[in-house]
Amino acid sequence: MSQDTTKKKPVKRPRAEMPAQDPKERIRNFNEVALGYDEETAVAEAERCLQCKNAACVEGCPVDVRIPEFVAKIRDRDFQAAYDLIKDTNSLPAICGRVCPQETQCEAKCVLGKKGEPVAIGRLERAAADWAMARSDRVKPELPEPNGKKVAVVGSGPAGLTCAGDLAKMGYKVTVFEALHAPGGVLIYGIPEFRLPKRIVAEEIKALSDLGVDVVCDVVVGKTITVDDLFAEGYDAVFLGTGAGLPMFMGIPGETLNGVYSANEFLTRTNLMKAYLFPEWDTPIKVGRRVAVVGGGNVAMDSVRCALRLGAEEAIIVYRRSEAEMPARAEEVHHAKEEGVIFRTLTNPVRVLGNEEGWVTGLECVRMELGEPDESGRRRPIPIEGSEFVLEVDTVVIAIGTTPNPLVSQTTPGLEVNRKGCLITRDESGLTTRDLVWAGGDAVTGAATVIEAMGAGKRAAAAIDKVLQGKG
Amino acid sequence: MFKIVKKRELTPVTKLFVVEAPMVAKKALPGQFVIVRVTESGERIPLTIADYDAGAGTVTIVVQEVGKTSRLLGALPEGDRILDFVGPLGKPAPLIDRGLVVLVGGGFGVAPIYPIAKALKAKGVKVVSIIGARTKDLLILEEEMRGVSDELLVATDDGSKGHKGFVTDVLKQLIDEGRKIDQVIAIGPMVMMRAVARTTEPYKLKTLVSVDPIMVDGTGMCGACRLTVGGEVKFACVDGPIFDAHKVDFDEAVRRGRMYLPEQELAVKRMESSCAGGGCTCGGGH
Ligand SMILES: Cc1cc2nc3c(=O)[nH]c(=O)nc-3n(C[C@H](O)[C@H](O)[C@H](O)COP(=O)(O)OP(=O)(O)OC[C@H]3O[C@@H](n4cnc5c(N)ncnc54)[C@H](O)[C@@H]3O)c2cc1C
Ligand SMILES: Cc1cc2nc3c(=O)[nH]c(=O)nc-3n(C[C@H](O)[C@H](O)[C@H](O)COP(=O)(O)OP(=O)(O)OC[C@H]3O[C@@H](n4cnc5c(N)ncnc54)[C@H](O)[C@@H]3O)c2cc1C
Ligand code: SF4
Ligand code: SF4
Ligand code: FES
Repeated sequence: MSQDTTKKKPVKRPRAEMPAQDPKERIRNFNEVALGYDEETAVAEAERCLQCKNAACVEGCPVDVRIPEFVAKIRDRDFQAAYDLIKDTNSLPAICGRVCPQETQCEAKCVLGKKGEPVAIGRLERAAADWAMARSDRVKPELPEPNGKKVAVVGSGPAGLTCAGDLAKMGYKVTVFEALHAPGGVLIYGIPEFRLPKRIVAEEIKALSDLGVDVVCDVVVGKTITVDDLFAEGYDAVFLGTGAGLPMFMGIPGETLNGVYSANEFLTRTNLMKAYLFPEWDTPIKVGRRVAVVGGGNVAMDSVRCALRLGAEEAIIVYRRSEAEMPARAEEVHHAKEEGVIFRTLTNPVRVLGNEEGWVTGLECVRMELGEPDESGRRRPIPIEGSEFVLEVDTVVIAIGTTPNPLVSQTTPGLEVNRKGCLITRDESGLTTRDLVWAGGDAVTGAATVIEAMGAGKRAAAAIDKVLQGKG
Repeated sequence: MFKIVKKRELTPVTKLFVVEAPMVAKKALPGQFVIVRVTESGERIPLTIADYDAGAGTVTIVVQEVGKTSRLLGALPEGDRILDFVGPLGKPAPLIDRGLVVLVGGGFGVAPIYPIAKALKAKGVKVVSIIGARTKDLLILEEEMRGVSDELLVATDDGSKGHKGFVTDVLKQLIDEGRKIDQVIAIGPMVMMRAVARTTEPYKLKTLVSVDPIMVDGTGMCGACRLTVGGEVKFACVDGPIFDAHKVDFDEAVRRGRMYLPEQELAVKRMESSCAGGGCTCGGGH
């Protein structure tokens, strides 16, 4: 690292805008919305960074990306070095740069954010990663000496992929088992193409194969094979990165009417099965003219924006708290508004209405007001009596949350879960109540974030290595 | 990829495949199913396991060609490979250990009944099987069923073989004869299973059916397969597919099964028009 470069003076200028597809255009396609900084814009944005000595931004990042250092490299137009620096602690920068909730993580802590706008750390991270990906002369990594030990990773979401990659780099023979026919977890079946192009996920899986990791799809652990079988087959340790894929419904009347979807089904049909290409692709989806999506998180935003792109004339978010409480990334809410999504906040569904043939005709809702804060610290929504009204819709998508799938815990003696169905861990590394079985990501925390899942995969890989090498 | 080691045409629209899938074969039990995908852009469709051989590492499925995916699958030749074949999914059939069980299979539903009969027989349970179809040419697996049943009764709608009428007529006769039946298990078209449920309900005769709602993943993650059983919403792929027949809301299930009818028709139409040119082996043209 050359010393003098860090002494360059930061430049005061507004945060560089992210170019995006025109909202009128983009609601008719599934192409990526945010187009990314070009090199000049990235350099200009990087020049804003103060290069703080005790960089607060790093504290906000769950995997301690060396933010000031990589930003300095971009400022100096050394994109390769920037990429390498990020890669040191974050194995999926092209993904995190796009989907991390930066405004509550790294960028929330950036000192520039106190008075003005924080450095666009996520966008810079994406710029470095895209720069590297565009240079397809990717060198195959040097494979480490095999250490003779085998680890099974269950689930190919960000937690599993990260754990597998780290272990492979240490010389372990890693096999990833995935229930669906394609690897990637939520990155492939949940988050839509227009937010995270699938070629990026495919690149990351390819990189894993280059490291010698076997990814075996169509295997449901707990059904096709059990954790005990894996040990019997000679695996020395198991990592469970099975996510939180079980959809919650509201338990209101009418939820089994034709036209009511869980967000998981709506998004899986759309993204994994490419229903937006029906009939070229075989899986259909029903959208209708008016769609209501219940919920206020990323999942709800993705569903409502998919609905628009699938041809809905009107797509409505129905959320029981106010916009300030919405857990979705700020950028997604902003994009959804630009695209014409209607926000019905402080509104809660009480009943789905249908016709004689059993098709949805409407969603009866009640208006809400905010009361005292509840255990989550957010103000509790309370129904306003007598304020019921009907939204006329053809389709209802329920996006109120997910819980972990019990297939593995039910079939693995000694593996304990808490009352929410999340796997119980004994320490920071994610060691479960079963020896030699680790877990991480949404399966442990409940629905959270990509970067947290990766962090968990990383910590588990380090712990697995320690234990299997007799160092712990 | 999963190799088709044997293929048999049971009827012009019903094909039996023995598929190499050692991991599935090792764990399969009667009543469970697999999910199959035939092409990269294809749907995932559920099919019941019709037999399995852990030693040989094979699983048998029987597919009735009704729409695009089932036709594409039906057209695959022996030696070819199935793109995805995942399972065994769902809960195994809860089988009793002694007594008399009446098994009712209609149409392709005879195939999933077969491993249940075989398992019951092996336990020493007395098995009376009633199998039916519209006409005798559509009747499948008669000999196989005879081999695993103490008694085999046949019904065809047109009377071309066995009793002329529905399987439920034969079932009702058995009940009225005063046979001491401990359990009835019926698998077939939803309307047939509903009729069986209505036949046995007045007698409070314990009856199980295997429902076949539309599915996507088959592992509990989408909820497409939900149905109401005893007033509660269940996911057929993980809580079933076998449920207490007297508790299933069949009307709702039938209604949900029709959700994509226009799309299914469109898919078949497109397939037939693109196959008409000849040279295509997808089987869509028949
Ligand atoms: C629509 C949507 C949008 C989101 N948007 C964002 C966002 O913008 N930013 C963000 O940070 N986070 C977002 N999230 C959350 C984030 O995607 C998750 O927190 C993250 O993917 C969790 O990673 P994971 O590896 O723990 O699990 P997952 O990504 O859920 O992967 C689990 C994998 O395990 C497989 N599996 C499960 N059970 C078994 C089994 N028994 N055998 C074999 N395989 C099994 C599953 O099929 C799946 O592929 C979003 C989530 C959704 C659903
Ligand atoms: C647990 C279970 C076990 C089954 N076992 C068998 C079997 O052993 N043999 C057999 O021939 N069929 C079986 N089926 C039915 C079979 O899955 C459907 O016939 C098949 O999906 C039709 O697909 P298609 O594209 O050919 O037809 P389509 O034109 O798509 O549909 C025709 C019919 O199949 C239903 N269907 C369509 N897609 C699905 C889907 N993804 N899941 C379920 N039903 C769907 C439709 O409601 C419609 O009634 C089973 C279904 C379930 C749920
Ligand atoms: S990984 Fe996420 S939180 Fe960390 S620096 Fe990158 S964008 Fe920020
Ligand atoms: S806190 Fe902000 S200004 Fe300071 S180093 Fe981090 S990104 Fe740069
Ligand atoms: S098929 Fe998706 S939950 Fe049953």
